[in-house]
Amino acid sequence: MNFERSEDHAMLADMFGRFLQETSTPERRNDTAWTAPFFDQTAWSEMVKLGILGAFVSEDLGGLGGSAEDVSVVFEEIGRALSTDPYLGTLMGLRLLAESGETDLVKQIMAGARRPAFAVFEPEISQDLSLIGTVADEDGKLTGRKSSVYGAPGADLLLIAARNDQGLGLYLIEDVTSVQVLAAPMQDGGGIADLLLEGTQARPLKAASEERIEDVLDLGRIALCAEAVGAMDALVSMTTDYLKQRKQFGRNIASFQALQHRIVDMTMWVEQARSITIRAVASYGTGDQRRHTSMAKNLIGRAAELCAEEAIQLHGGIGMTWEYPGAHYAKRLIMLDHQLGGRHDHAMRLIAMKKENAA
Amino acid sequence: MNLDYSDTEQAFQAEVRAFLAENLPNDLVAKTSSGRELTKEDIERWHAILNARGWLAATWPEEYGGTGWTVVERHIFAEECALAGAPRLLSFGLAMLGPVLIRYGTDEQKAEYLPRILDGRDWWCQGFSEPGAGSDLASLKTRAERDGDHYVINGQKTWTTLGQHANRIFCLVRTSQTAKPQEGISFVLVDLDTPGIEMRPIRLIDGSHEVNEVFFTDVRVPVANIVGAENEGWTVAKYLLTHERTNIAGVGFSARDLDRYHQMATDVRRDGVSLAEHPLYAAQAVELEADLEALRVANLRALARTRDSAASGIDSSLMKIRGTQVRQGILSLYRSALGHAAAPDAESLSDNQIALPPEATRAAPVYFNNRKLSIYGGSNEIQRNIVAKTLFRD
Repeated sequence: MNFERSEDHAMLADMFGRFLQETSTPERRNDTAWTAPFFDQTAWSEMVKLGILGAFVSEDLGGLGGSAEDVSVVFEEIGRALSTDPYLGTLMGLRLLAESGETDLVKQIMAGARRPAFAVFEPEISQDLSLIGTVADEDGKLTGRKSSVYGAPGADLLLIAARNDQGLGLYLIEDVTSVQVLAAPMQDGGGIADLLLEGTQARPLKAASEERIEDVLDLGRIALCAEAVGAMDALVSMTTDYLKQRKQFGRNIASFQALQHRIVDMTMWVEQARSITIRAVASYGTGDQRRHTSMAKNLIGRAAELCAEEAIQLHGGIGMTWEYPGAHYAKRLIMLDHQLGGRHDHAMRLIAMKKENAA
Repeated sequence: MNLDYSDTEQAFQAEVRAFLAENLPNDLVAKTSSGRELTKEDIERWHAILNARGWLAATWPEEYGGTGWTVVERHIFAEECALAGAPRLLSFGLAMLGPVLIRYGTDEQKAEYLPRILDGRDWWCQGFSEPGAGSDLASLKTRAERDGDHYVINGQKTWTTLGQHANRIFCLVRTSQTAKPQEGISFVLVDLDTPGIEMRPIRLIDGSHEVNEVFFTDVRVPVANIVGAENEGWTVAKYLLTHERTNIAGVGFSARDLDRYHQMATDVRRDGVSLAEHPLYAAQAVELEADLEALRVANLRALARTRDSAASGIDSSLMKIRGTQVRQGILSLYRSALGHAAAPDAESLSDNQIALPPEATRAAPVYFNNRKLSIYGGSNEIQRNIVAKTLFRD
């Protein structure tokens, strides 16, 4: 048993963390996260040059890492620095392209020449892949509407999950001008889009199966959990510091036991969140992957909500303001539960697994 | 035991309902029920409609143009308005300054200001909190120094709700540096057109502009604008803060929001199930219904105590804590149940075409905005201190 990070992971976290500290500032987030294309293009190019995307793909497929642990190390720093840039969409798209043997595209993405996004969900479908309604005909023409496509604004490779006569297939659109991309910022910043596919020509990819897609979604979920851990950790520190410096009734409000206890509970939940994320990371690619990923996403949903709401409350009015960075951490922690299934969606998935096992 | 209103009260309730059905504009209901922000004109229009009926100042005696209603009638009116989706009334003039002037104001002040609150010529805002004086209001530092017939005010106020629409502000200022901070405070009325006042917007977590900072630099205010005696502003402020808070539980607003939730849950489907049939969301919704029913009866019990004797401080504190918990719980469920549909900020782009259920667009901003409920008006922590102080008194 050893929960220490490897030297490589410690270095990666340190290097990427320092990069994000310099580039993911509140000012730059304000300037880029809510205005098309909803990310910081300069910082993104610099990040690509640092080779961070290598952590998302294994060496035999053209990357430098690719384990769930590699991914979680990167996403924890993203959460700690509250970056709203399109890491999640890139992770899932890149992963599927690599697994489909699209070596050239993988190289181009690693070099920063292209950026993928992955379209799987639909206006009324956010979890159950068997219900996907977008269809592909035998010529690879796609028809349907995708939603919650993270990082799609400004992306130039679109991976689409669509139903064909064999089941769920995966398709690639390289000419994104052929698709109507309805873009918006997310509530907490960063790009999201609906895609309108009306007989849009696409190329089938090899990594196609419901199983493969679910695996990549699970990796995305683990990434979100790690991001939440980083953000929660940062927010609890900010809240603790605030209580130490805020004076009311002639004393620091940190001296009130009722408030101290709430920081204690938040700290306890951060540790639980970190632990369940470690569980999911370690189970990725094993028979426990689905169960532990859903446990993590469910617990993180609850822990993140508690930390976010308590942080706002303990800050008082300041915690309600746009100007205070802590408010944006809280917002991110709440909105994380709206991506790749929330706590209740994952509770339902766990219940379904229990039923399956009993049958 | 009898939970029903009296015959007179029931007749009054029917009268209020009929009035609302007839006079509450649909476009205002559409705005409040979708959680969109109301404009200054929206609020003024609703005030004018109520004023024409003589129903604007629910807590004022009839001689000042108020309704003269009993506490139960006020409660019925507030609850019916909330259920019908009426805009929230602007409390600063009606529920705060009005009663203060009626209790502590001079005849001149009453004659000057009360009619202007009713007919909408004045929009008041509140200058109590300061950056260093929130929960600990008595530590406020904005000072007013006497100079002949004037006070000269210097300092800063914050969290001034809808100050951007206001033409006047009532403030707590320090007029004397005494040992006890509560003793050197005065309550003054300030015209916002006076030179030396600057109002700056504070952008909130949901992007809205609802509160402001107000800076005072050598602002000269006539001595006649003080309410109550000099250095006795704390008594005035305490009266304002504890005066008649029967609607503090916000039962009507919670009931309206829970109705909206049920409607949305029936309309919106996700992953093949209507949200109304999703077992986990449905379980949360029925628990909130139970919470709300308990709150409703607890609120009526507190109301009956107020009607039959003096209001108890702990009632209003407990109602504030529980009322905000229930309301925030409903808004949290509303946001959470929408899942991925609540993530896009579809409103911020004028040409946005993302197809969301219309109910989803404002779910997250409304949730975030209403985190304020447990912070403002005396945070829930301060309310707990008030209750604890009473419960543990020897």
